[in-house]
Order: sequence, then structure tokens, then C-alpha cells
Amino acid sequence: MADKTTNGVTTADIAVAVKPAKKRMGFFAKLIKYRTLTLMCLPAMLFFLFFSYIPMPGVWVAFVSYNYRKGIFGSKFVGLDNFMFLAQSGKLWSLTRNTILYNVAFILLGNLLAIFIAILLNEMRSKWFKKISQTMMFLPYFISQVLVGILVFNLLNYDTGFVNTILTRLGLERWQPYADPYVWPVLIVLIHLWQQTGYNSVVYFAAIMGIDGEIIEAARVDGANAFQKIRYIILPSLKPTIVILLLFALGGIVKGNFGLFYNIIGNNSMLYGTTDIIETFVYRAVRGTDFNFSTASAVGLYQSLVGFALVMLVNYIVKKIEPDYSLF
Amino acid sequence: MAKTKDLDMMSSSAKVKLGASDMIVRGFGYFITTFYALACIFPFLIILGSSFSSEKSFNANGVQLIPKEFSTQAYEMVIKGGLIWKSYILTILLTLIGTGIGLSIIAMTGYALQRKDFPFRNPISFYIYFTSLFSAGLAPYYLLMTQTYKLKDSYLAVLLPLLMSPWLIILMKNFVKSIPHEITESGKIDGAGDMKIFTALILPMLKPALATIGLFLALGYWNEWYQTSLFLSSRVDVKPLQYMLYETVNMTDALKNTVAGQYVVITDIPSNTVKMATAMLATGPIVLLYPFVQKYFISGITVGAVKG
Repeated sequence: MADKTTNGVTTADIAVAVKPAKKRMGFFAKLIKYRTLTLMCLPAMLFFLFFSYIPMPGVWVAFVSYNYRKGIFGSKFVGLDNFMFLAQSGKLWSLTRNTILYNVAFILLGNLLAIFIAILLNEMRSKWFKKISQTMMFLPYFISQVLVGILVFNLLNYDTGFVNTILTRLGLERWQPYADPYVWPVLIVLIHLWQQTGYNSVVYFAAIMGIDGEIIEAARVDGANAFQKIRYIILPSLKPTIVILLLFALGGIVKGNFGLFYNIIGNNSMLYGTTDIIETFVYRAVRGTDFNFSTASAVGLYQSLVGFALVMLVNYIVKKIEPDYSLF
Repeated sequence: MAKTKDLDMMSSSAKVKLGASDMIVRGFGYFITTFYALACIFPFLIILGSSFSSEKSFNANGVQLIPKEFSTQAYEMVIKGGLIWKSYILTILLTLIGTGIGLSIIAMTGYALQRKDFPFRNPISFYIYFTSLFSAGLAPYYLLMTQTYKLKDSYLAVLLPLLMSPWLIILMKNFVKSIPHEITESGKIDGAGDMKIFTALILPMLKPALATIGLFLALGYWNEWYQTSLFLSSRVDVKPLQYMLYETVNMTDALKNTVAGQYVVITDIPSNTVKMATAMLATGPIVLLYPFVQKYFISGITVGAVKG
């Protein structure tokens, strides 16, 4: 296992593949010789030890019936009961379904819109216009999720929301989205796109800028029009970027964007059916009204394991098609 | 003049067609981009407009882009309430301290991990990277932070977890890679130690990387509300700015605190416009600052995009 990892990371650092021939040194001899560099890494290592590794044995709480006074390791062992309960109540299925479907929509539409915007920006000739519009599109990325929740509420709420003031002025009936669970999948996807597209389009914009200008010039000389240029030059040269970004996004498909959902939906249980994702469920079980550490931990562990397996799978696929981009 | 034009027309008839399709794409592009860019800032504008409306007009007419009845009452109340200044100071302190410590650690680690002669660099890289592949989840983390580390109601619970992330360390590593290895070699020949090489030779060349990663960290601290919501209970009076905003908007008691002492009865507080004014005050610095720093974020996205 240790060997495999070492090899894996070496592949990632492709530039370093040439190893200088060195005499074999013992671990402690190396430690002494490279003490400064080791010490430079020590604070970061301690950080991940305290905040990532030490919590790991705590996943045991998923296999017990947690009792506050007895602690994680003193509580009664119940085996897979917490998982069984979640599976049988249908909760596990609905949370997984919501989390994955939202992410699929985020990934597909998000990338599509980002590519679209990047191509349009590339066609603009006015530097001034390009700069101003990019700055405006980037704004939603810089604000906190708390403010996103507030913005959405002020657009959509029943009494004073912007949409409803317009509807009233037009003599139409008011709209009550905060009582209608079925509109939220569309709304949340739109809000996510609104917040992330400015950021995501930068990646594609940079990839387009990286295309050899001579190819585009040659196509022009051959009489290619703007649509042909986009269809036959820009899109094909974005393909590797698109494939890699989509694959990596796939690796994170069971991880939800907690801040977005929590700040928009909050504790409006009327909307949970279509908007509850794994993160919001776990959060409520830890901090909110449905207080239950063991259930929370069971869902969390399930999510971590599925996520881990997916990243491994994705990395395996990426390594096959484009070894340079594999993670390890 | 006319002759050159004719010549141009003759030289390639394709050029006319090309011009037409370019015009269509460009015109369409300008239209869509303008529309989309306006949609990105529109929600801010209506909050900004409403925050300057009188409460009465707001309640009667709803959210408005241009206030029908101009009033600065909400701002005056939030500013006089004083809580927001305490939140400001706390948030600025957390941002400065956290970014300073985090950036130092990330820079050191990033440098050490890309040194080709450092024998532990692969195991340590993996040790750090693994934490982004597998995590214990929220419940064990929460129990550990509150029961073992006893960080409930401590600002450390907000400061510490945001110091670094595997992604930022990898990003730093990628930045350092672009500095030629010969710099380190030349330092070694001059007899400088690793720390000396790092501080005297490498750091000055890392300025763009430090700016980029420092800004990612600073943005994380400025927009932080999540750790606060987990670990700081109502016993802590002064909360980081974004969570103070969250409480002001979502909890009536907190709204009272925001305009502390000015009204006794909750119904006398112009609550809707106070919420808007608080939102604008909590977001203002970011909105004013980000146009000047967005180029650093762009370089961060492009360097770290694929190999995240």
C-alpha cells in the first residue's frame, strides 16, 4: 500500500520523474539531514492531524446508540442498526437522490453555461466591455452564502419580494414559492448558476486564450465563419478541459453545497422533500431540532465512503485517458 | 479610397460572409453578456435601493430599485446600535490573524513539498491530500471540537479550522514549481540553510502566489458563518460579521441587539430596512474591494483549476 501511494504521487509530479541516484539512507539519517524541510511541513501536518485525522476514529459513533454521558466509545454498540434505520425509512434514498440530482444539474448546466459565456466573451472585441462584464459576473462568487439567502428571499418572498411587487403591479396574482416545494429544484439550480458561472467561465476562458492563434488565423484565411470557428476549432480544443473537469466533478457528486441549501431553505420543513440534501440533514441532526449524533454520523460515513470510492474510480479513468491530469 | 475598397471586395468574396457571421455572433454576444452581467448585479441593486427606503414605504410597496421615500434611518440605527462595529473589528482581526498564520504555513509547506531532493515529500503530500478524499464527517468533528478540544464558544473554533486546506497547499506547490530549481541550488552553494533560502530567495519571488492564496484565505474568513453557527452559541455576544447578519435577518432577538437600546418594543424597529442596511454594511467592503483583486483570483483559478 505504502509503495503504491509513493508511486502514485510520483506520477502526479511528472516533472520530477528523474530521480537522482543516491546512496540509501536510513529514515533517521534522512530526518536529521532534512530536518529543516521536515520542520517546515510540521505545522501543516499537525493541523491535518488535529482537524482531519483525530476525528476519524469518531466515525465509530455511527455504530453505537450515542449517549452523551457515556461518550462515543462507551455507548452501546448496535452494529449496523443506524444504517438499517436510515435505509428502511427511505431517508437514505431520498437524501442520496436529492444530493446527486442537484449535483448533476449543477455540473451539466454549470459547465454548459460557463463554456457558452467564455466563448461569447472571447468574441467580444472591446476590452473595456469584456473587463466590466467579467467583473460584474464575478461579483456573486465573492459574497457569503448568508447574503445569497437574503438576496433570494427579497426576490421571491410573498409580502415584499421583487417578483411579487411586479406581479401585483401587473394586476396578476401573487406567487408563493416558499410554500411550494416543486419550484425549488429549478430555483436552486438557477441560483447556483448565478453564483458560480462567473468563476467557472474563467477556466474555460483561459483555455480558449491558450488556443494557438495561428490555427484560428488559418481558418479565417480559409474562409471559416464565426460559427464554424467555434464549432470546429474552439469546442474541440476545449474537449480535454471539459472531460477532465466533468470527471472530477463526478468524483464530488455525493457532496452537497451546504451553505447554499441551508441559507435558502433554512428550517422550512415544507420544502424538505425536494430540497433536503445529505449535508442539511446531517447538520440538523447535529445542531438543530432533530438532534441525533448516531444517525448523523451514519449518513456522513456513508457519504464519505461513497465519495471516496467515486474519486478513486474517477482517478482511475482519468489516468487511463490523460495520465498527466490524474490526481495520484 | 473607393478603389481600395473594391480591391478588398475582389480579393476574397468570403470576407463579406465572414464579416456577417462575425457580426451576428458579436451582436448576440454583446446582448447576452450584457443581460447576464446585469442579472448578476441586479439582486444587489434592489437590496441597496431598499436599504435607503423608509420602512413604511417598504412595507407598502415591497422591494424597490429606487426608493420611493428616501430615508437613512435604517443605517443610522444599525450604526448607532454599535454591535456591527464590534463584529467588524472581530472579523478584521480574525481575517488578518488567520490569513497571516495560514499563509505562512501554506507557503513553507508548499515550498518544502516541491523540493525535489526532499525525501519525505511524497508521503507528506499524500498525508495532506488524503484528508480531501476521506473525512470523518460533521458529527465526529463536532463532538471532538466541543468535548475533547473544548472549543465551544471560543473564537479559536472559527480561526483554526479555516487556516488551510489541501487545495490551497497544492495550489501553492504548483506556484512554487514555476520557480527554477537553480535558485535553491545557488543558495545552497552560497551555504545558506533551507529556511534562509526560503525566506531570502524564494519568498520574494512568490509575491503573486502569496497574494492569490492570501486572498482566498481572507475571503474565507470574511465570509465565514459556518464554523460560527456550529460552535459559537448565544452566550457569545460578538460574532463574525456574516453570522451577525444571519442572526439579524433570521432571529428577532438578534435584530433587537443590532439596534441595541434605541427602541424597547420590537414593533417600533424598522426591521425590514434594518435587515437590508445590515446586509449592505456587511457586504460593502467586499463589493468595493473585489474589482481590484479579482485578477489574483483568476490566476488562482487558472493555476489550480484542473489539478485541484
